[in-house]
Amino acid sequence: MTRKLFTFNGGVHPEGHKAESNASPIREMPLLPRYVVPLRQHIGAPARALVQAGDRVLRGQMIGAAEGYVSTAVHAPTSGTVLAVEPRAVPHPSGLFDLCVVIETDGVDRGVDFEPLDWRKLDLSSLRNRIRDLGLAGLGGAVFPSYIKINPGSQKVDTLIVNGAECEPWITCDDRLMRERAADIFKGVEIMAHALGVGSVLVGIEDNKPEAIAAMTAAAPAGMEVVAVPTSYPGGAGKQLTYTLTGRENPAGARSTEIGIQVFNVGTAYSLYRAAYLGEPMLSRVVTATGHVASPGNFETRFGTPIADLLAAAGGPLPGASDELVGGPMMGFDLMDRAAPVTKSVNCVIVKNPELFPPKPNSLPCIRCGACARACPADLQPFEMYWYSRAKDFGKAQAYSLFDCIECGCCAYVCPSHIPLVDFFRFAKSEIWEREQEKSSADQARQRHEFKEFRLEREKREKAEKFAKAAEKQKETAAAGADGAADDDTEKKKAILQAALARAQKAKEGVTPKNTENLPPAVEKEIAEIEARRRLEAELIKDAGHD
Amino acid sequence: MNGSPHALLVHNSVTAVMLKVMAALIPGVIAHAWFFGPGIWVSLLLCSAFAIGLEALILLMRGLPMKPFLSDGSVLVTAALLAVSLPTLAPWWLYAVGTIVAVGVAKHLYGGLGQNPFNPAMVGYAALIVSFPVYMTQWPAPIGLADHVPTLLEALDLVFAGQGAISPDAYTSATVLDTWKTQVKLGKPAEGILGLPMFGWGGGIGQEFVALMYGMGGLLMLSNRLITWHIPLAFLGGLAATAGGLHLLDPARHAGPLFHLLSGGAMLGAFFIATDPVTAASTPRGKLIYAGLAGFLTAVIRAFGGYPDGVAFAVLIANVCVPFIDAYTQPRVFGHGKAGKP
Repeated sequence: MTRKLFTFNGGVHPEGHKAESNASPIREMPLLPRYVVPLRQHIGAPARALVQAGDRVLRGQMIGAAEGYVSTAVHAPTSGTVLAVEPRAVPHPSGLFDLCVVIETDGVDRGVDFEPLDWRKLDLSSLRNRIRDLGLAGLGGAVFPSYIKINPGSQKVDTLIVNGAECEPWITCDDRLMRERAADIFKGVEIMAHALGVGSVLVGIEDNKPEAIAAMTAAAPAGMEVVAVPTSYPGGAGKQLTYTLTGRENPAGARSTEIGIQVFNVGTAYSLYRAAYLGEPMLSRVVTATGHVASPGNFETRFGTPIADLLAAAGGPLPGASDELVGGPMMGFDLMDRAAPVTKSVNCVIVKNPELFPPKPNSLPCIRCGACARACPADLQPFEMYWYSRAKDFGKAQAYSLFDCIECGCCAYVCPSHIPLVDFFRFAKSEIWEREQEKSSADQARQRHEFKEFRLEREKREKAEKFAKAAEKQKETAAAGADGAADDDTEKKKAILQAALARAQKAKEGVTPKNTENLPPAVEKEIAEIEARRRLEAELIKDAGHD
Repeated sequence: MNGSPHALLVHNSVTAVMLKVMAALIPGVIAHAWFFGPGIWVSLLLCSAFAIGLEALILLMRGLPMKPFLSDGSVLVTAALLAVSLPTLAPWWLYAVGTIVAVGVAKHLYGGLGQNPFNPAMVGYAALIVSFPVYMTQWPAPIGLADHVPTLLEALDLVFAGQGAISPDAYTSATVLDTWKTQVKLGKPAEGILGLPMFGWGGGIGQEFVALMYGMGGLLMLSNRLITWHIPLAFLGGLAATAGGLHLLDPARHAGPLFHLLSGGAMLGAFFIATDPVTAASTPRGKLIYAGLAGFLTAVIRAFGGYPDGVAFAVLIANVCVPFIDAYTQPRVFGHGKAGKP
């Protein structure tokens, strides 16, 4: 069946370099003596550590629990002993350290008892919670917690897109996965479709992967369609693939569910199969190790595997190798430290050499040739954004839709002046975020100050009222006491005692909440926000204490 | 910063772009040499030499690195476009002054490569036609019409030593645009003017073929994606539509659209001058408006202005409008509702 495909504007055709790594089957990494498992492997809040140095752990045991809504769990890749929970090098462009659980392997690789999910019978909310606790996050690169994505919420999702496009050069992990594990991928897809309640499932694969297309087509159950899409970078970016397959444009700043679509990577679908059918948490993924190495290929790699060990499994860097890239050449970043581990977001490690990755030429001024605009898949005018970013005129840069830039790198790829355009856009975005943060914290400080003024004023007023009331009461009691002087002494004493007790009780109840009683709703909301922030700060301070 | 992407398109540089533009000029230049003699090589060489020397001097004065900016090729394109716009066999200082204005004033006084709001070659041309109208209207006559087409040595002699041995009347004539204008003023009928020996099947003899060759070079650039179709099409369309409209209104005073397309700098302007990315509009709709305006103005200046050709002034006026045009013709961004002002 041929489906009408839509062509997005722009895009580039860099050299594929897929053949280097896609010829051999996925290889299993040997068990390593040590794993370094970051608690932040997904978008959102890092997992909260559940173990400490000295603890014994089993393979699949949860060592970090999801913290907050946008978060997911982290598990031990093998059995052994926790050596430390401390900041270690992680694969991040900044090279900054992040909190990791360091596990020394005992060599037994004993697992916890995995409990398969009866996903058809389970109610959807419990299914999602189970998936959160099994640590599933999107393996396409964004590592968004999967349990949130299989929740359609109030939106009606009609189409599930399974992304096997793999448009970045060099990377072949999804290609191999689809060739070798197509049937299991579809088992995972079935669960996604079930949870989202969608009728239509489209699997998009770029036509430079005929073997994967054939394998997936053969394995596709009824109602799920495998579609070959033209090879054009970034044809595998979520918005672009959605447009290619359905002609629907993701509105700027909105989730795809708003246009009735949810997109998952094939690797995520495979992990979901393992989670549901085997009860296994997300413990590993297929990673491409390629470039200037002796034996490039794809490796089933446990999270926490130091990248140096992955490269060793690929035969190690050859003579003349320079440094490494994490991810593809178009959107990846330079690895700062080979001790950094493979995480859920690492799909590829490329060993560079000067022939494959020649040093970038110096940049010349922009000649406004517009090549960047023609290459931009988001239909932006990158050279205009560049002028304004460079001049730090961030308002103008935003007016030219800076935040619609997906940082795919097409513009910089085609620029005859070799201007690192994406770097300028990242710079502008982070400057804008920082300014917004500064502004909102200034706003908060102002609000806090105003509220304090209001509170002091009110307390003064209330104190005055209280004194006035007390004075009146004293007058009254004095008068009453003078009247009933002849009554029984013991009765009187009892009454006085009781009154005093009651007063004390009332005072005890009344004092603390007094300033927050009978307030207008707006102020009450404000107080609630402040309380929430205080709690958060207290937690942050507590967290910082762990570091 | 050294972020992604880590791969770059190969054989892609400003130098490559500029070299391809110059290569696209070759068919027109060869045709010019064929019909008007080797003088074009002299003016090309002179303008290039002046331009390179001046560029080096200014880079030195501005404290900019010599190698990347001299090798970007942009100054050679400016020099070449200026040279092919000027009459050949003019005195050497005319080329020198034109180059100084183009490179020194129009390019570097505005900040150099990529910063100039006006097309440098056209600024140079405009300065010369305003300052030295006599030299700027003496064009070599085509082979067959000229009493004598100067050889290369004679051309060098004319350029450097001045008009001594050969009388200018022997090898120069006015252009067809110029002739049309003066003859119409004298009250000559259109058929009579077009019957003059210098007029060919479309424009001027020789010139019409040179114009076609520049057009062919332009198509080469189009197929190499150095330019998009918008500017040439809108420029030639604007010119032809305006000239055609005037011709319909008053055929005795206004020549037809084909004549305008093949005369003067129309083809060169449409494919090589108006398409200069630094000074042209950049959005697809903006390019249509900008180049349509330039084509319209070319026809209007030719019909009603004091100068024989209008391409240079038309392009410069359109250049002025570029920031405004660009700002209001932004394309629709993916996932956004409407196109227009950002």
